[in-house]
Amino acid sequence: MEILVCVRRVPDTSENEIELDSQGKDIARDELVYSINEPDNYAVEEALQIRDRVGGTVTVATVGGEDDEEVLRRELAMGANRAVLLSDESFAESDGRGIATILKNFVQKEKFDLILTGVQADDGAAQVGGMLAAMLDLPFASLVNSIEVCGQKLKVSREIEGGNKEVNEIDLPCVLSIQTGINEPRYVGMRGIRQVASVPIATLGASELATNSNSVGRNAAKVVRIDYFIPAQGKGAEILRGSREENADKVAELIAARGGLR
Amino acid sequence: MNRIFAYIVQRAGMIDDTAAELAQAARKIDASQTPIAVVTGSGTALDMACDSLRSFFGEVWKISHEALAYPNAELVRQALVRLLPEKSIVLISHDHFGIDLAPGLSIKLDCPFLSDLVSIDQVSENSIKFVRQEFGGQVSAHYVCDLTSGAVINVRPGAFRAAPDSALSGIIVDKSDGLGSLAAKRRYVETIVAETGDVDITKHAVLVSVGRGIQEKDNVTIAEDLAEALGAAVSCSRPVVDAKWMGKSRQVGSSGKTVKPKVYLACGISGAFQHLAGIKGKPFLIAINKNAKAPIFQVADIGIVDDLLEFLPELTSKVRELRGAVAK
Amino acid sequence: MVDTISAISTATSSLPLRELILSVNIAGLLAFSYVITRRLQPLLRAQSDPRFDRPLRRLQTVGKYWFGQWRHPRYKFAGLLHVTIFAGFLLLAARSFSLLIQPVFPQFEMPVLSGRIYGLLTDYAATVVFVCMTIAIVRRVVFKPARYQAPAEFGKWRSVDAVILLAAIAVLMLADSLVAATTLGRDHGTLQPLAAYSLPWFFRQLLQTHTANALAPINFGGSVLHAATFYFLLCYRPFGIQFHVETSLFSIYFSKLDRGTVKPVRWDIPENNLDQVKSFGVKTFQDFTWKHILDFYSCADCGRCADQCPAYAAGRPLAPRLLTIKARDYAFRHYPVFSKFDNGHALVGTIYTEDEVWSCTTCGACEEECPLLVEYIDKIVDLRRGLIDDANVPQSLQKPLKALESRGNPYGKLEKKRADWTLAAEFKQACPVKILNGRTQAETLYFVDSTTSYDERMQAIGRASARILQAIGEDFGILGASEKDSGHEVRRFGEETLFLALRDHNTEAIRGAGVKKIVTSDPHALNALKHDYNDLPPIEHITQVVARAVREQEMRFRPLANGEQVFAYHDPCYLGRHNQVYEDPRAVLDAIPGLKRVEMTRSRDRSFCCGGGGLMLFYEPQEEQRIGVLRVRMAAEAGANTIVTACPFCLTNLEDAIKTAGLEGKMTAIDFAELVDQQMVQKRPHKDSETKYETAGTGD
Repeated sequence: MEILVCVRRVPDTSENEIELDSQGKDIARDELVYSINEPDNYAVEEALQIRDRVGGTVTVATVGGEDDEEVLRRELAMGANRAVLLSDESFAESDGRGIATILKNFVQKEKFDLILTGVQADDGAAQVGGMLAAMLDLPFASLVNSIEVCGQKLKVSREIEGGNKEVNEIDLPCVLSIQTGINEPRYVGMRGIRQVASVPIATLGASELATNSNSVGRNAAKVVRIDYFIPAQGKGAEILRGSREENADKVAELIAARGGLR
Repeated sequence: MNRIFAYIVQRAGMIDDTAAELAQAARKIDASQTPIAVVTGSGTALDMACDSLRSFFGEVWKISHEALAYPNAELVRQALVRLLPEKSIVLISHDHFGIDLAPGLSIKLDCPFLSDLVSIDQVSENSIKFVRQEFGGQVSAHYVCDLTSGAVINVRPGAFRAAPDSALSGIIVDKSDGLGSLAAKRRYVETIVAETGDVDITKHAVLVSVGRGIQEKDNVTIAEDLAEALGAAVSCSRPVVDAKWMGKSRQVGSSGKTVKPKVYLACGISGAFQHLAGIKGKPFLIAINKNAKAPIFQVADIGIVDDLLEFLPELTSKVRELRGAVAK
Repeated sequence: MVDTISAISTATSSLPLRELILSVNIAGLLAFSYVITRRLQPLLRAQSDPRFDRPLRRLQTVGKYWFGQWRHPRYKFAGLLHVTIFAGFLLLAARSFSLLIQPVFPQFEMPVLSGRIYGLLTDYAATVVFVCMTIAIVRRVVFKPARYQAPAEFGKWRSVDAVILLAAIAVLMLADSLVAATTLGRDHGTLQPLAAYSLPWFFRQLLQTHTANALAPINFGGSVLHAATFYFLLCYRPFGIQFHVETSLFSIYFSKLDRGTVKPVRWDIPENNLDQVKSFGVKTFQDFTWKHILDFYSCADCGRCADQCPAYAAGRPLAPRLLTIKARDYAFRHYPVFSKFDNGHALVGTIYTEDEVWSCTTCGACEEECPLLVEYIDKIVDLRRGLIDDANVPQSLQKPLKALESRGNPYGKLEKKRADWTLAAEFKQACPVKILNGRTQAETLYFVDSTTSYDERMQAIGRASARILQAIGEDFGILGASEKDSGHEVRRFGEETLFLALRDHNTEAIRGAGVKKIVTSDPHALNALKHDYNDLPPIEHITQVVARAVREQEMRFRPLANGEQVFAYHDPCYLGRHNQVYEDPRAVLDAIPGLKRVEMTRSRDRSFCCGGGGLMLFYEPQEEQRIGVLRVRMAAEAGANTIVTACPFCLTNLEDAIKTAGLEGKMTAIDFAELVDQQMVQKRPHKDSETKYETAGTGD
């Protein structure tokens, strides 16, 4: 089975404190450490396990620049067969749809049976997988937490409310977005990365991918971020001073307002 | 402003709070329109759902098809593409179903996709300025989007509260005839219900977390009652696991699980570093602790200095009351 | 002797004794050589291990631990038994050789170790050894000490094996005594003199009535029995736990001299060539070094290591001795004496489980206890290196390892916040801490390490230590954001590459700061900087610094306010056992007026680990109880209500354990630095009057 995993390099929230920069409009980026988006890592592990069971190859690809190569290299160290960087000046500041378009053009140059993405990135919108599938007219399932290969079909289960699982049958080729916890990703250390330091990473640009500036990059973006900000909030806990009943009331309301009644 | 629709998921005829919330969101985008609910399904279940939706929406589009008995996003997408007018604005709840349906829908409708919208800053004739949260809620961001070709908007559950005085009596319009046949390359097989032992706390958006303050194993039910009322899960700190009052799978902390909930109730938890290290992002943290000096109050948003064994049952009954009110 | 032989020759016209004994000698030696040669093969194919250096020191080690049986009395009864048996064996050795050689070369006499006095001594020796064998057999079969028990899969064979060997030695003593009882004296036609009430003496009494002619066959039989039993034992021992009789001298001679260190990935490949090494760590048997394999042969299965092991006590799937015995059984099975060798099997997944390998806290109690100086920590580290090399790491460890790589601490916290513990409002005023960044300099570096820097509870130790250093007038500073985790546990958990990166970074930062000495309050950092790093200024622990200040009267204490407190000092593994700092902390505690102190039964080099530090705090073991809970109960048993320790990890584990054990309110834990900070009253040098430095209440 030829598997493509679309990955992304992000500042992991467990290793960074996201704060605004001195200007107050963007996040402070100087001290961010980046790594592979966690759900994408699970997706790569899943792809490797499927490949080891049924044969084939695993390709990892990302849309970005030179900095993003480190993430591709890490996944090569993990066991992927091939890594591809989709990079071009015209791709800069693409919105989610733009990214999906670039990926779609790449997929159309090749032949993949299965395309995986992570379900979401911390600064993402859980959209690229679903968009890519629709652009390619392939069936899609999100929040996948288990995959079983049955010939030309897959049996996948999706994570739904309450920890329940929705089992679906889906035809190949298809696109799946993978949820964390589907497997236990293998460890990748500094030594592993050193051992793949000289494996070549192919770079494809706008001309190889036949993209045009109407559909990718800044100009094509329809959903545009204006700024980052921190909504006003107090320091330390606001201690409720009412009676037990009043406090309980207030708390119940606050929970509901935060989407806590599920 | 283009026509606004809200797609509502029904299961066995039941709808949830998000229906009213989406109606409210629709009004925020364009107060002059009565929002239209779109619901799919088949048989009496669908009828029941349509009936409930009439209280929130002026018009309810009923789309009935055998294949839609179970909400399969692949099929729902086909139906919506066929039946919705061009350049519609479609509101969907940002949940397990919404994530499945919406991105692909935006491509097929050829309009932008707005994900996990938390609030609306400003709406003009052709565009919307809205707020999303990123990095686990640590920062918010303003986005702007052009609405001239319509949009698919996933709305965060609970971001909009239903206005209590907006009870309507809408009409039901049956749109099933225009549907045609539906087929998809993804077929629903079954739903496997989680056993109580299988609770994965990392997947829950709301956690009722207990610490040593729970004092003994038998008191854990107090937390479970609250969790049930909230639709949440019970998690705990390490001493509770060590004392064998709860299983290891419930532990939040540096040697337990890492969780990224939206709401975290820390009950009888002192706020030790190793425990807090397991909570990522910035959930709305409510701390309940007898000890006013507990470190948890430094990091919580809301604090209640009280005995959790007394407070939680009170909270549970208030939550139930609130649920009862919303469901009406 | 001559008379006896001629008596035998005439009495029995069958094979002369001489030819028979000669044949037995030759056959026995040939067989033994063959067995030993086969047993040596795995060692010749194993990894290299440089153990031929410092011969004088090695001989001293042999003198103390082999000849002096230094470790044995730690278990009194068994120890006494073994020391006696060992002494007996040494004494009897010469006699045994005589009995083997003299039938062939009648003129032969051992130099010095022959003659009447030697004869009497060895008569008693043989008796004592015989009695000891009986006691040992009874102890094994009837009393069945828990230490010797093994899980079902190792079962009965072990005990049977032991009993056979013990019985064989007993037979050897009987044979020896029979010969002695029936041997003629040198010069006279009478039997040689025997020690009164010794075993030979008893035999002599029994054989009173027999004539010289009748004694001859008994003497002959005794000699043959002796030779046969001797060679039986010699050739049988390499097949079981008694192989240690042969190998102990070597395992002790070649034992590890450098406490606290961890072996490099490969002794024969320098660090900067590690990229060429295809496989890290131990995955198959031949990845062990020859010394490790020698250790497997040398284990006497006495169970003392497992008896002291905290992981084993807590019900984790690890018992040090089983680690060794399973490897030894593997060696015997796959490198058999009489058939073909067969190697290359993965060890983890067959004889070892992953959990077993990850369970070890590296506390060193096993190594401290083993009478044969068998090493464990290096083997565990090597096995872990193998697992990491195969990307087989528990999920719970992957996050902190990744955070260590990106942020230099296992919590994933920002580097720039590493020194935030110094910014606490009141503290900052009273005790400003210098950050050594090139422009600011100091004599002494206070190496804080990750836990004390970031963990809010442990930051109190940092502040207390800083106040102490200030009070004794130390010119000190910290590295701040340029300090990374010492990497102590990173190395011991097998991530050597990451460790080397951390080490190189810290070494550069420390050298760049230009300090003359280093102090730390974290024993793991102490051990890392002292033993894992190279070319650093001298390093001490805060307990040593304070003890010196007390000795030199630079520090005094006010009396303890709370008369109810009874303190027990818990020796941290990496301060105590691995670095042998036992008395300094105690001396300081005893200098605090009104401080009541009790000793736990397991203290000093027998201290019971708190559960482990560094990465061990993140690992989720399978166990029946928390190790820390066991330790806290020991403190309670000793009559203490306050545990004082000198390590942030011990403090974390013990504070947690107090809660889990349900002792909250009845027991507290405090760090050494916190206590000293709380009680100290400094006498400013060169002043006439005392200057009191009030600390802010109880510190933090």
